[in-house]
Amino acid sequence: MPGLLPLTAMPTAACAIRPRRVARAAAASLLVVALALVGRAAQAAPFENTTAQRMLACTGCHGREGRAASDGYYPRIAGKPAGYLFNQLRNFRDERRHYELMGGLLALLDDAYLREIADYFAALDLPYPAPPAPVEPPSVLAAGEALVRRGDPARAIPACNDCHGVAMTGRAPFIPGLLGLPRDYLNAQLGAWQNGKRKAIAPDCMAQIAARLTPADIGAVSAWLAAQPVPAHASAEAARAGALPIACGGDDLGTQPAAPAVTR
Amino acid sequence: MKLGRAAAIAVAAGAAALLLAAAAVAWLNRDDELDRAQVPASADAARDLVARGEYLVRAGSCLGCHTEAGKAPYAGGRAIETPFGIVHAPNLTPDRATGLGAWSSDDFWRALHNGRSRDGRLLYPAFPYPNYTRLARADADAMFAYLNSLAPVAKTNKRHALGFPFDQPAALAVWRALFFRPGRFESNATQTSQWNRGAYLVETLGHCNACHSRRNVFGATAGPLDLAGGLIPIQNWYAPSLKDNTEAGVGEWPEAEVVALLKTGVSTLGSTQGPMAEVVARSTQYLSDADLAAMASYLRSLAPAASRPAAVTTATTSAAPRDRGAEIYKTHCAACHGDDGAGVAGAYPRLAGNRAVMLSPPANLVHTVRQGGFLPVTAGNPRPFGMPPYATLLSDDDIAKVLTYVRSSWGQHGAPVSTLEVSRYRGTAAR
Repeated sequence: MPGLLPLTAMPTAACAIRPRRVARAAAASLLVVALALVGRAAQAAPFENTTAQRMLACTGCHGREGRAASDGYYPRIAGKPAGYLFNQLRNFRDERRHYELMGGLLALLDDAYLREIADYFAALDLPYPAPPAPVEPPSVLAAGEALVRRGDPARAIPACNDCHGVAMTGRAPFIPGLLGLPRDYLNAQLGAWQNGKRKAIAPDCMAQIAARLTPADIGAVSAWLAAQPVPAHASAEAARAGALPIACGGDDLGTQPAAPAVTR
Repeated sequence: MKLGRAAAIAVAAGAAALLLAAAAVAWLNRDDELDRAQVPASADAARDLVARGEYLVRAGSCLGCHTEAGKAPYAGGRAIETPFGIVHAPNLTPDRATGLGAWSSDDFWRALHNGRSRDGRLLYPAFPYPNYTRLARADADAMFAYLNSLAPVAKTNKRHALGFPFDQPAALAVWRALFFRPGRFESNATQTSQWNRGAYLVETLGHCNACHSRRNVFGATAGPLDLAGGLIPIQNWYAPSLKDNTEAGVGEWPEAEVVALLKTGVSTLGSTQGPMAEVVARSTQYLSDADLAAMASYLRSLAPAASRPAAVTTATTSAAPRDRGAEIYKTHCAACHGDDGAGVAGAYPRLAGNRAVMLSPPANLVHTVRQGGFLPVTAGNPRPFGMPPYATLLSDDDIAKVLTYVRSSWGQHGAPVSTLEVSRYRGTAAR
């Protein structure tokens, strides 16, 4: 499964995968995908000249309306802040994030269209299925919750809540929510930040934070986050002034150096 | 003693032969003489020169190779993979230490016309000087003036990473002795000025044959006029023949459709994908309607309507794999492309009666199904429709079966696609 490729970026200790469970989960997710696709084919909605019609190129992997299957690899994109989604689309196109299929799809799209795509998925408000039951022992989950809620001042690790919102549903317009994401996806992102595979516009605050995490920290945080339910109408917190605990780039839309419309 | 003398004679003869060969290679690598540089007479003329240069640099598709994704335009650094190793495109901005800041327009012309750098080094032909050599000096001067007008970016050029012996200057000299001579664009007096303008754009600036022709084992094409199609090395996309109306020849297309395709990436008769979508996005969408019509005029003459070769006959496919292909088509393809393969005009390509579906080799179909893609964003098509990637959902065997189904449905009789072909064309791409 190519979707699992970025998992090679994961630190090994965070990669406590049990083959049989994975096989069962994979079979279940394939079944879900197959049913979803059969369902779609059967409905065969009439063609409409809309953004939603255009976004069928995205929902093949991210799920209908941009929801991730709870045990899949691909992240949910529905309802995330538009600025965050726009930055990620630019990061894939401009090779600060690396996933071959995403990079290829976006290579010849300009900022205006990426903005439309981001706005479309940000505006979706969908109920989420309950998260899968965690497989980690309570001590690991407790350690994860502690890091998320309080951070670790001794190691200069801020609490996730400080930026991503008290409810962890993100903060408009640039900071993503952390719920509704598969554990493997969270592990892979934190691992990719540690080894430089995932980058953001400088200053790359998440890269700095990830560098301070141990593999056990990453496993615990991902496990706890992936086990939390997504509240109904989980929109991001409103934008508010006030310094973040650490400086982050990518919040200066419009003042970016003018990139050529297409650069690959 | 006799043997000693014979050996000495043989050594001397061998040395003489080597010297002669080296002299011949050196002679065949000599520079063509310099044309005179054009010096703008006024500030207005200088501004016009820069504007014309920007247009020509776009027509020459320089941006694609000389820019790294997400980095400063024209500052170089992109790795161009070739069968001989990696060539890194250099910095074209006017930075004195790392770019073209210390170059004169004579130096720039020597690079384009003779394939030789300012310091005398021979240049690798991944830089398409076998095409650019035919540029008019006035055009080269305008391009240089534009590049000189950019903000200088200090970015040191990366070394090429070529295998032995391709990294040796002598090997490059021999290659050039065999396959390159400086040249000039010769107008064809029997054709209109529009046709000649089109020929100039296609053969020199556009360097269309860099993809649309077959390369020999040394990576050389048969020259800028060869547009008979070829598999692009490393990328493994097939650039179809521009001389054959069953491939990408436009002899049977109205001029306006050719112009629309090059300007917007989509026309009612076909759309661009893969490397050609990149060409439209970075280059041809910016050309004037007059220049696009000139290219259409030239391209249409390459494939006269009468030149359609006999349709390929086909092997019949056995029923079982075809049934599986039909099932996959119904599940994954029919919602957009239709049960009848008719597609949706302007959004989803028609598959029934689409010559791009019938190309041999079927490389482009494999890439399209695996990677999906959007049509390129252009001023004329700013919100393109797209197709999701199926690399994660369909195995090589499934892709072979569904492609075989498409190529043998709705009255089409294309050759089947084998699992082995799918594996071969996707190459090392992720599964």
